[in-house]
Amino acid sequence: MNDIMAQLKENVIQGRITQDDEGIDDTLTGPGVVELTRMALDSKIPVKQIIADGLTAGMEIVGQKFNAKEYYVPDMLASAEAVSEAMDILKPHLEGSGVASRGKFAIVTVKGDIHDIGKNIVAILLKGAGYEVDDLGIDVPTEKIVEYVREQKPDFLGLSALLTTTMLVMGEIIEALSAVGLRGSVKVLIGGAAVSEEFAREIGADTYCADGFEAVRVLDSYRAE
Amino acid sequence: MPREGILVETPYERLTAPQVEMIHQASLEILRDPGLICFNGRAADIFAAAGADVSSIEKSDPPHWIVRIPERLVNEAIDNAPKTITLGARNPENALVMNGDEPRVYFVTGSETNIWLDTDFKAYTKKSDQSVEIQFPEFIPRRGTVADLCMSAHISEHLDTLDGFIRNVNIQDKDITEENKDVNKFFASLNNTTKHVQAGLTALSQLDNVIRMAQIIAGGEDALKENPIISLICCLVKSPLQFVDDTTDAFIEICSRGIPVVVSSAPQAGSTAPIKEAGILTQINAEVLAGMTLGQIVNPGTPILYGTVPSKTRMDTLTDSYGAVETSQYTVDCTQMARFYGIPNYSTSGVSDAKAPGQQSSIERLFSNIAVSMSGPQFLHCAYGLLDCNSVFSPLQAVLDDAHFTMIKYFLKSPRIDDAEINEILSQIRTVFSTPQKLYIGYVRKVMRSGLLSPLYPFEGDREHDAVFHLAYERMKDILAKPVEHIDREKTSQIYNEIPGLLPRLNNYDEGR
Repeated sequence: MNDIMAQLKENVIQGRITQDDEGIDDTLTGPGVVELTRMALDSKIPVKQIIADGLTAGMEIVGQKFNAKEYYVPDMLASAEAVSEAMDILKPHLEGSGVASRGKFAIVTVKGDIHDIGKNIVAILLKGAGYEVDDLGIDVPTEKIVEYVREQKPDFLGLSALLTTTMLVMGEIIEALSAVGLRGSVKVLIGGAAVSEEFAREIGADTYCADGFEAVRVLDSYRAE
Repeated sequence: MPREGILVETPYERLTAPQVEMIHQASLEILRDPGLICFNGRAADIFAAAGADVSSIEKSDPPHWIVRIPERLVNEAIDNAPKTITLGARNPENALVMNGDEPRVYFVTGSETNIWLDTDFKAYTKKSDQSVEIQFPEFIPRRGTVADLCMSAHISEHLDTLDGFIRNVNIQDKDITEENKDVNKFFASLNNTTKHVQAGLTALSQLDNVIRMAQIIAGGEDALKENPIISLICCLVKSPLQFVDDTTDAFIEICSRGIPVVVSSAPQAGSTAPIKEAGILTQINAEVLAGMTLGQIVNPGTPILYGTVPSKTRMDTLTDSYGAVETSQYTVDCTQMARFYGIPNYSTSGVSDAKAPGQQSSIERLFSNIAVSMSGPQFLHCAYGLLDCNSVFSPLQAVLDDAHFTMIKYFLKSPRIDDAEINEILSQIRTVFSTPQKLYIGYVRKVMRSGLLSPLYPFEGDREHDAVFHLAYERMKDILAKPVEHIDREKTSQIYNEIPGLLPRLNNYDEGR
């Protein structure tokens, strides 16, 4: 049992999603995070322990390595993606496991904009940090976003835009949410090359995030409040 | 294993094969007619004995001769000249192995600068925002000393991109004389770097002392032949087409002892050479071939590098302009000519007309360093730290240059495209194509750690003003805090016992102090 958890933690650190992943180097072989998570469930290891001692413990080391500049963004993303895959496997077993939800985060690239590299990275990092993430895609009409918020009731809404023309749509979305009384139900975060903290204030967003790491910090700080 | 340098598999060349042949033929014609003026009687005798047409100039003062060199002698010299030359080092892993046919570039320091440029930082406050303070450098010039040369060799030892050390500081201490200069400059250099050391000779009387010092360090006479930790550079032909007396004398003696040597010529297009490209190229090629021919007559098989330092004349001052674009063109051409003969090439790049580190300096040196490196000279004096047409050495600039050469070395790496690579890429593309994120980031990590990716520029700032100088200065201080691998106590003691003229203060073991 301990062996599975130690391997799971090590594979999270190496960002090996499956047994076919090469990881950081070729030194680690055998099952990856996906296989080990399934093995842990088969071995009746409690879900709470899998998350705490395997996934979260691994991500803590990854964070330390990142802060020490031993790891770079691709390493962080690989580990986050591995954790995110593990969470998908654990999802059906979460109810009654004693694991509290960290919250639901919806992310979208606004109407008129098709850029999604930043959006995808934010989604991977948040999912890896344990948030439930819904990726609504690119070039999504405002009405569809409003409808999603009404029906799915996410805790957080992340809006992404790269262009100075499409960033204006972010303001329209916030106005549309206000118009139907939904603005107070969701924290709105914005990000993208053209936007800024000042712009976030102008359009009435809750905050601006410079990158995915800041998004994780911001969401964690909301949970702490 | 010798140092790797960087192999430029497809070198940049400006001349077509027929143009190379035309320059070669024109140079041979110059060597036949008008030939060279020779101010050294021994060289005139050596050429005459070998079959050159030598005529003395009646009642000339100083005495001189006209030496007309036939094609046969030049061809024999080219045949006898080694095509592979090894320049050894105190640490044999720092040896340089140069093959005239192989465009493998080694980057080295160079020149003998009179001025050492210290750097000091002063704090300045932004007028519009008093809370913003920046550090800006002030540069303080002073005469170079032997302590500075030690420091320069020490820095060079720790600059990763640097493959060898040409002494780059003219030692001007009060107790340095013409007689003791050579032994002290070689000892200061060899005692502070384990890389190859090259310098010019100040006094012929000191040649055997310098060689003896090198033999002691290398482990004996045979060991020095096996691992020639020093080499010399001679500019024996002054442009246009004149064998100078003293340097030619030194060159003959160096060749007779079989020490690796550079025959270097440094004409200025527009003053001491024709302004047109074909003109300076024909002349510099003739001058180097003349020197090489003399060396191979004196001692066939002497390792001689084909050394070329052409430049364009500034039209506003009639001094040399190393920062000019044409200077790089001439140099690239010369590298191609050396490769035509299959003889390792000593070349120069990165020389700047700028007086201090800054934008002009970066632009000029980076331009020529990239262009000339691409042409594949084997032994490239690339002006680490040099400014003001090589009259000033700035250690800060040397550290900045190291960052430039990290970039250039990455740029010159050969592409890896083969079946295995293509198969791996096809698999990657198909896999990523089927994922929702469509990102290749998962494949980056292993490559990132394999050394295949270039590092970030090390002196990147994060504010509105750049922090390049300040960060480079910190790096320079870090380097100087690193230990020096000196010559061991026993050899140092032997050197001080056998070699006269060494300054006691250079002895790290206190014996001679």
